[in-house]
Amino acid sequence: MKIGVFVCHCGTNISAVIDVQKVVNDLAKMPGVFAMDYKFMCSDPGQNMIISEIKQKKLDAVIVAACSPCLHELTFRNTLIRGGLNPYMLEIANIREQDSWVHTDRDKATEKAVRLAKMAVAKAKRNQPLFPQEVSVEKSCLVIGGGIAGIQAAIDISSAGYQTVIVEKEPSIGGKMAMFDKTFPTLDCSACILTPKMVQASQSKKVKIYTYSEVEEIGGYVGNFNARIRVKARSVNMEKCTGCGICWQKCPVKVNSEFEQNLGPRKAVYVPFAQAVPNVPVIDCVNCTYYRSKRQNPESKGLCRICEKFCPAGAIEFDQKDKIIEEKFGAVIVATGFSAFDHKVYGEYGAGRYKDVVTALQFERLLNSSGPTQGKILRPSDSKEARTIVFVQCVGSRDESKGVPYCSRVCCMYTAKQALLLKEHIPDANAYVFYIDIRAAGKNYEEFIERVQDEYGVLYLRGRVSKIYRTGDGALLVRGADTLSGTQVEISADMVVLATGLVSNPETVKLGQMIGIPYDKNRFFTESHPKLAPAETQTAGVFICGACQFPKDIPDSVAQAGAAASKVLGLFSQEHLMLEPVLACVNQKICNGCFHCRAVCPYNAIDEEILKDKSVVARVIESKCHGCGNCISACPVSAVDLKGYTNEQILEQLQSLR
Amino acid sequence: MKYLLNVKNLNSEFVREIQAESKTRILHCYQCGKCSAGCPIANEMEYKPNQIIRMIQLGMEESVLKANTMWLCASCITCTVRCPREIDIAEIMDVLRRYAFKRGIFPAAVADIPVFNRIFLRNIKLFGRLYELGLIGFFNLLTGNPFKDVLLGPKMFFKGKINLIPERIKNASEIKDIFKRSAEIEHSD
Repeated sequence: MKIGVFVCHCGTNISAVIDVQKVVNDLAKMPGVFAMDYKFMCSDPGQNMIISEIKQKKLDAVIVAACSPCLHELTFRNTLIRGGLNPYMLEIANIREQDSWVHTDRDKATEKAVRLAKMAVAKAKRNQPLFPQEVSVEKSCLVIGGGIAGIQAAIDISSAGYQTVIVEKEPSIGGKMAMFDKTFPTLDCSACILTPKMVQASQSKKVKIYTYSEVEEIGGYVGNFNARIRVKARSVNMEKCTGCGICWQKCPVKVNSEFEQNLGPRKAVYVPFAQAVPNVPVIDCVNCTYYRSKRQNPESKGLCRICEKFCPAGAIEFDQKDKIIEEKFGAVIVATGFSAFDHKVYGEYGAGRYKDVVTALQFERLLNSSGPTQGKILRPSDSKEARTIVFVQCVGSRDESKGVPYCSRVCCMYTAKQALLLKEHIPDANAYVFYIDIRAAGKNYEEFIERVQDEYGVLYLRGRVSKIYRTGDGALLVRGADTLSGTQVEISADMVVLATGLVSNPETVKLGQMIGIPYDKNRFFTESHPKLAPAETQTAGVFICGACQFPKDIPDSVAQAGAAASKVLGLFSQEHLMLEPVLACVNQKICNGCFHCRAVCPYNAIDEEILKDKSVVARVIESKCHGCGNCISACPVSAVDLKGYTNEQILEQLQSLR
Repeated sequence: MKYLLNVKNLNSEFVREIQAESKTRILHCYQCGKCSAGCPIANEMEYKPNQIIRMIQLGMEESVLKANTMWLCASCITCTVRCPREIDIAEIMDVLRRYAFKRGIFPAAVADIPVFNRIFLRNIKLFGRLYELGLIGFFNLLTGNPFKDVLLGPKMFFKGKINLIPERIKNASEIKDIFKRSAEIEHSD
C-alpha cells in the first residue's frame, strides 16, 4: 500500500513552530510512504499537487498534515475524488490546532507533529473505501405549532409546491400573536396582519391543518420521518359545521376564557376568538353539562344538549372519538413557541392575589377592542377606568433567584407600546415604567422608545419595583427606586402591569426527547450552530423557528421561519439524499444479544435480528445511525465497530506511538 | 438625599415650566452623563448637571432650586455642545438661576452671587462695559470684605489690567434701551 503524506506550512501558522522539513524527512523514511510539503495545501496549486502525486505515485491513501478536519476535511475528500481515490481514504493529522497553535518548544512540537502524522499513517493503512448510502425523500413537511412562525414556514414551503401539515394543539391556529392588540414599532393591528396569513394557510391546497391536535410520536430519519398525530375529539363535525355561532350563543355554561387570559368568559362550546381558523367550535368536555352528567351517570341520556338541539347543521357529535393519523414526512419544523412567565413566585408583587396587578398579556386583551372590555382600560377589580398605571419590566427576566437568567428581549418594546396605547386610549392618563435597562435593538425600535418618552410623556424610572401592596381605598401602592437620581419612589396606582418574561413551552422537554433534538438549560431548543446554522438542529431534517429556540419578536420569528422553510426546500429539491457512511456495524458472529447497544443508542438505530440458529443478535438500521459510537463503547464483547474508525484502526494508531 | 418621590412630584408642572422657558426637551434626556463628564466645575457641584436634569424630570423642585449647581455653572456651554440629544443644558442652568432668583432661593454658600449680578448689571447699564475697579470695590464692600483685594489692586493697575476711571462705550444710550426693553419683557411675563 502506497501512502502519500502532505505537510502544510499554513503560511507561518504551522511552520513558525514546527520544522516542516523534518516532519517530511521523518515520514519519508517509513516504508511505503511518500512525503512532501507546501505553503498552503488547501489552495488550488496545493490540491492540484496532491492530485498529480496520487496519479504519478499511484497512491492508495492520503494523509494531509494541516489544520483541524472541521475546516478542510471536505475540501481534501473532494481532492481525493478528483484524483480518482475513494474520499474515505483520506486522513487528516491536525498539526495546527493541536500542535503549532498550542506549543512553543520547536523541537517537541516537531516531534509531536511527526507522531501525529505517523498515527494517521497507521490508521490509513487499514482504511477501507466507504460509499455513502442513498435514501429517498418524502416531499412533505410537518410543522409542529401553528403560531406566526409555523404559519409562515408552512406558507413558504407550500408556495414552493410541497405538501405541508400544521399540527396545532389549540382549537385555532394563530398562537400568541392573535392575542396581541398592536405590534411594535409600527403599531399595526396584530390581528389585521396575522389573519390574512392564517387564511392564506388554511385556503392553500398544499397546507393541511390539524387543530386541537398533538404529535404523539415521531420516528424515522431525514427524508423519511413517520409521525403519529392525535386529532382530539372536538365533538363538532368539521365538515357539517358552518360556524354560525348559534351553539355558543345558546350554551348556558360560562367559564373563564383562556384566550382572554381569564379576564372574560367563554362558553363550554366555543371558538377561542372571532377570526379563528378553522371557524369551528370545540366542546370543552371538562365544563360541558352534558359530559359532566354523563360522567356522573353513564347510563343516563345526559343533561342539557342545548347546542345539539339548536345546531341547524346537525354538527354536534357528542360521541366523537380522538382520531389517530399516521403520516410520512421528509422534514420536520418545530415552532412550538413560548409561554409567559408565571409571576406567582413574586410574593412582593402580590403573588397573583391582587386582581389589578395584571400581566402584559392580560393588558393586551384589555387594550384590544375585541377583548373583554371592548378596548376600555377598566381595572379588573371594580371595572373603574384605570388612569394611573405602573408598568414593571423584567418580571421573571434577568432574575437569577426567582426567574430566569436571560433577557426576554421583547418586554422593553411591548411595555413601551402598551404605555403608548394607554396614552392613546386615555390621553391624560399617567404611565410610569420601572426598568433596569431599555433594550431597543431593532429597526426603528430606539426611535419608538424616544417617541413614547417624549411625545407621549411616559415617565421612565430606572429601578426594579420592590413591593406592591393594596391600600384601604383599593389603590395599589408601588414602592420602587430611581437609581438615576438616587431616590425612592412611591406611586399610588389604579393598576400595575407586569412585563412577564418569555419562558419555554412546558412541552419542550417531552417533544425534544421524542424528536431527538437537544434543549438548553432554559429549555429552549438548541440550534445546530449559534451563528452559522440558527434554524437547523443536530438531527438532520429537523428545523426550528420562532420563540421555541429563544425569545424573539415577530419579525425575527418570521425571518427564522423563512430560513427553516428554505432549508426544507433545499432538502426537498433533492431526489435522493446521500448519507454519511461512517456508521456502526455489528459482527453478528460475536454478538451475544445483550442489547446494551440498544439502550445507549440515541437514535433508535438498533434492531433485533434472528439468525438461522434462532439466536437473537443486534443489527444496525443504517438509515437511522449517526455514527456517534455510543454502541461501540457499550458493547461488552467488542462486536460493534464504526466503519472508518474500527477498533483495530484505533489500536494500530496507539501502537504506532511506541 | 432625603426624598421619597410620589405622584405629586412626578406629575408636577416643574419640568414642563422649565422645559417651556428653556425651549429645550428635558424629557428627552436619557442620562448618558456626557454633560457632567465634560463639565470643568462638576466636581465642585452638589449635584452634577445630569443629576439636575434627572431631578427636573422627576419634579424634585425643592432639591433642584437649593442646589449650587446652576450658580457654579460658568456657562461655558461645553455640555450643550456635546449633548447627543441636543438638549441645551447651559440654557436650562440659566433658566434655573432666574427661576430661583425670582423666588429668592439661594444656597447659603452662594448667597453673594445675586449681589455680584446686581453690581455687574448696574455697571453695564451705566458705562456700557465693565468698570472692574467699581465692581470689585462695591462687591467687596457689600459682602463685608472691604480689604479683600487691596494688595492685588495696585499690581493689576500697573500691569494695565484695571483702570481707575471707568471707560465708556460709544452710543451708551443703546445699552440703556436694551435694559428698558428687557425690563418691559420681564413685567409683561
